Amino acid sequence: MNLKPTRLRMCGNWVLDRFPLAQVWNEHMAHYYAPKNFNFWYFFGSLALLVLVNQFITGILLTMNYKPDAKFAFDSVEYIMRDVNWGWLVRYMHSTGASAFFIVIYMHMFRGLLYGSFKQPRELIWIFGMLLFVALMAEAFMGYLLPWGQMSYWGAQVIISLFSAIPVVGDDLALWIRGDYVISDATLNRFFAFHVIAVPLVLVLLVFMHIVALHEVGSNNPDGVDIKKSKDPWGHPTDGIPFHPYYTVKDVVGVAVFLIFFATVIFYMPEMGGYFLEHANFIPADPMKTPEHIAPVWYFTPFYSILRAIPDKFAGVIGMGGAIVVLFLLPWLDRGKVKSIRYRGGIYKKALMLFVVSFIALGYLGTQPVTPLATVMARIFTAYYFGFFLLMPIYTRWEKLKPVPNHITMEPTLEERIPEMKAVFDEVTLVTDGENSKRGFNPTGAKNVLIRTAKNLKESLD
Amino acid sequence: MIDETVDKSKRQFLTTALTVVGAVGTGYLAVPFLSQMQPSVKAMAAGAPVEVDISKIEEGQLIRVAWRGKPVWVLQRSPETLETLKTLDGQLRDPQSNESEQPASSKNPARSMKPEIFVAVGLCTHLGCSPTFRPEVAPHDLGADWKGGFFCPCHGSWFDLAGRVYKGVPAPTNLEVPPYRYVTDSLIIVGEEEKTA
Repeated sequence: MNLKPTRLRMCGNWVLDRFPLAQVWNEHMAHYYAPKNFNFWYFFGSLALLVLVNQFITGILLTMNYKPDAKFAFDSVEYIMRDVNWGWLVRYMHSTGASAFFIVIYMHMFRGLLYGSFKQPRELIWIFGMLLFVALMAEAFMGYLLPWGQMSYWGAQVIISLFSAIPVVGDDLALWIRGDYVISDATLNRFFAFHVIAVPLVLVLLVFMHIVALHEVGSNNPDGVDIKKSKDPWGHPTDGIPFHPYYTVKDVVGVAVFLIFFATVIFYMPEMGGYFLEHANFIPADPMKTPEHIAPVWYFTPFYSILRAIPDKFAGVIGMGGAIVVLFLLPWLDRGKVKSIRYRGGIYKKALMLFVVSFIALGYLGTQPVTPLATVMARIFTAYYFGFFLLMPIYTRWEKLKPVPNHITMEPTLEERIPEMKAVFDEVTLVTDGENSKRGFNPTGAKNVLIRTAKNLKESLD
Repeated sequence: MIDETVDKSKRQFLTTALTVVGAVGTGYLAVPFLSQMQPSVKAMAAGAPVEVDISKIEEGQLIRVAWRGKPVWVLQRSPETLETLKTLDGQLRDPQSNESEQPASSKNPARSMKPEIFVAVGLCTHLGCSPTFRPEVAPHDLGADWKGGFFCPCHGSWFDLAGRVYKGVPAPTNLEVPPYRYVTDSLIIVGEEEKTA
């Protein structure tokens, strides 16, 4: 064998002698042990990173043709859509990416609620994540002003006016944010600066801290079991596998599936029926006239509903802000001793289910016009939203917890479940007549299967 | 070591002094940085008054003009409308306009200098949407209690035809009445107050 190093390897070694590239790679990828039972819900962290990169690249391309000037902004966006080569694609990737970002992040946060990923020792990861969420909301809000359409203008008017509800300094603060007495060119120009430079820098910094904090304590998992408790003779967790290549490969599958949905939206329904790009935003901003029906983009509507539900200006703003603040406090509100929902009591499962229902309901109501019935509904769901968090210290103490296993449990694969599925299929479709049995619908079997399913469902909620 | 004892108090003094000087310097630098985001001199100068010719306005008609980039409404109200306004006090949050913004000449139940002509800034006092003008009585979408007025589509605030806010809606105060004066019976200047004699 020829042991003489190649020139390429020599170049590589020259770098490695001067920069700890291998060390960083090993620490965070090849020797970073993650629990081996990650499921569907664990795709969304890496997908969020993918969408962030998408927003950066398409965003940089958009700034090359966009003009942050109240006189030219709307037309420059139309110019990108019609005259710039592939401009429509880049813009739709950016606008769809904004909505995709929130879908992915909401799923990622829900995963935290399911498996207690915010609990000790991961409180700080949750806090960094929440700061990311707030920065992302600011980024999305300021980006939405840039096309300078009717919805951009009046949406910004409403959100900036939220600050004026703060006693004493509110009006001056709103004036300082706008840089003018109304939303104007000054506001557009500074929002461009924040959207393109300031907030993205903050996002990158927070993503870095989020991941560093995660890799310090290690990932949680669907069982909520601490994998560091049992180690093999080489010091690696027996329930863990190296992030690279196992999870990098798994995440590639997630990316492929995500891209199928992402591309479908971009190419076939970029406006998503007015949810991703609102119809009123195809009309240039008119400071004289508010559109008949104004609603924020879908990802803000749950919080917007809370604002509308409270019939007092200051209290409404407090409610809206409070809905975000309670999320920050989650690690200290939840007193349940067990992390994963698999071993938590029925009360938390039911509470979480109702919370999901009320969050989606608030989101839906926020897209609809104000009617007396809708207001009452929004108030009920708002009460539930806050009830879920603020009553948590009480109801999580009553939980009847199940014993947590010492090791990670693996769910049977689809292949392993084939005999079981075949048995159920036979039970429903096999009619036994004395000695003979033939294919056909078996009502008793179907009834038994349904009863078993219902029992299992009830049991899983206890 | 020649001297075993180190005088840490001198180091502490220098550290503290440097921190204080640095903080003061940062504070001074923050002033121009933060002040940069205030409205510029040009933006502050742009609030010139506007003239509104009301000679052609008809009863029940509302015209919109732009003043300081904001919509300003001028509405000609009928005698019936003015009668209706007097019956609404019980349903309103601030019927006497004690907590609302208006020039002294408009601080009356009809909130105007001349009862028929109503001038207001067309922005909701809640979060700044421009309410829609809904003069009709009891339309199907607003219900039987609607006596004609301004409805904010954003968050559902109700105002009567004098811009007074109803109870139980998000808006805290009545619509703002801008300073304005009559040059002649048919010409208003918005943005200048009546000179008190």
